[in-house]
Amino acid sequence: MNNLIDLEKKINSELTTKINKTSIKHNQIYVEIDKEDLVDVILFMKTTQDIKFRQLIDITVVDYPEDTRRFKIVYLFLSHEYNQRMILSYFINENEVISSITSVFPSANWMEREVFDMYGVNFKDHPDLRRILTDYGFEGHPLRKDFPLTGHTEVRYSEEKKKVVNEQVKLEQNYRNFDYDSPWEGTKYIKEVTDSNDKKN
Amino acid sequence: MTKKIKNLNLNFGPQHPAAHGVLRLILELDGEVVEKADPHIGLLHRGTEKLIENKTYMQAVPYFDRLDYVAPMNQEHAFALAIEKILEIDVPIRAQYIRVMFCEIGRILSHILNVTTQALDVGALTPSLWGFEERETLMTFYERASGSRLHANYFRAGGVHQDLPAGLENDIAKFCETFPKIINDLENLLTDNRIFKQRNVDIGIVSKEDALDYSFSGVMIRGSGIPWDLRKSQPYDCYDQLEFKIPVGKNGDCYDRYLCRIEEMKESVSIIKQCLAKMEKGPIKTFDGKISPPSKAEIKKSMEALIHHFKLFTEGYRVPKDEIYTAVEAPKGEFGVYLISDGSSKPYKCKIRAPGFSHLQSMDYLIKGHMLADVPAVLGSLDIVFGEVDR
Repeated sequence: MNNLIDLEKKINSELTTKINKTSIKHNQIYVEIDKEDLVDVILFMKTTQDIKFRQLIDITVVDYPEDTRRFKIVYLFLSHEYNQRMILSYFINENEVISSITSVFPSANWMEREVFDMYGVNFKDHPDLRRILTDYGFEGHPLRKDFPLTGHTEVRYSEEKKKVVNEQVKLEQNYRNFDYDSPWEGTKYIKEVTDSNDKKN
Repeated sequence: MTKKIKNLNLNFGPQHPAAHGVLRLILELDGEVVEKADPHIGLLHRGTEKLIENKTYMQAVPYFDRLDYVAPMNQEHAFALAIEKILEIDVPIRAQYIRVMFCEIGRILSHILNVTTQALDVGALTPSLWGFEERETLMTFYERASGSRLHANYFRAGGVHQDLPAGLENDIAKFCETFPKIINDLENLLTDNRIFKQRNVDIGIVSKEDALDYSFSGVMIRGSGIPWDLRKSQPYDCYDQLEFKIPVGKNGDCYDRYLCRIEEMKESVSIIKQCLAKMEKGPIKTFDGKISPPSKAEIKKSMEALIHHFKLFTEGYRVPKDEIYTAVEAPKGEFGVYLISDGSSKPYKCKIRAPGFSHLQSMDYLIKGHMLADVPAVLGSLDIVFGEVDR
């Protein structure tokens, strides 16, 4: 469907209880669902006429460590036919396992591996759930908010052992994160002020 | 008597000239036929997304140069557009033309590199020697505009960092006159070359359905005959005011993708010419003092300007709470930024969608049943740059 409002209506009327919330923003449709309905909803979106979100663009996670349902899982879709984008999301707890969508979209394979690697979210029925971006034997999940920016280990070549070894990070100085926040707000008037000054001079 | 033959496992890379960077490919071979390919990536992982979460919006821009480092400004463009959409600011028309022009220069940079190194992978040396000379010229344009040949850090939310220096527009116009001849020379060397065709025609065929299923974009999807280009279908900046064609392949093999890239370079030259013709003098970034820093002259005269300059470069501007996905047509395909802002001056989350990631993922599907010697040809036509795959 070329019109986002019609599309939103159609999704709401066909899936009714499976949809928690829909909204339209920035020319995209945002859909919130429950974890259990994931595969059903995605199959519906992929195959239904007038919707045809045929391509999975990316899968990612947003980490909110303070919340009880810590991770927000986000799926980005694109429909070439109707030139629309959809952002599908749901929240899960830290240790919940979610279903893999590799059977619907083969390209989800690496994307889910990346999510697993970066956030430690586990997938059910994934054909090959290994780490992907981090080093062999890496520990921890770097994109979680509680993982330090400098990491836990660093590598170096050990002359004695004749191989690369992992060691605890030793820093001469910790990473400094200054708090610049202030009530300051930028203004729009600078140009006007200087222009009027120019006229006076 | 039967004899048991075991498949051979071959480790291709991470240091292999045809791997186009640090790709480790575990190949399972039955004789010379590839049965399975398992790419190991991440050897160039720098934690870009984590770093961006810890930097202000302006400090995050240089990280985008370091993703696909053969076409740096195209990536910056996606990030700038994402912030602009959240902040709802308008970009002055001259800035839009400058940005589009440099994005097309980036596209030519990337396509020259890809076409010529792919030729190198299948045995032709000369194209890379001729092509790289042109890349050098283009990189001097980058340098004159931004001060740096590669890591430009030139685009800003609301425009570009500074105006073009005197004479640059003329020199780019001159380049547009001479460059089509170089493309012809490259085509003379490759397009009808018997060896080049033997190595590329009917290799790595992608069907329309599979191109969609495997999240292909850019030349990879157009080579398979799907006319999809974000510059046309979801135009950003001033692309809707420019005229250009979208070359589409027919067979979806390596050779068609090569032809698409050559045609796209010609279209890019035409876009650059149109930009130069339509560009008029004017502001190059938004006047909104909340986002763009005051000029040096203003700082000398106004105390407020000095304060704002200081605050913009320490605290940075704040971006209201929002969630957005913005994509641009980078030379390699759809490059997207999924940005979550929380009202502070640092992004809460910035997921980078790199086209190369999903292209490389399909390596196993593309290469199964082909010969070992086809691995570099397919890899070359995927147009992989590890900066963006590993992030």
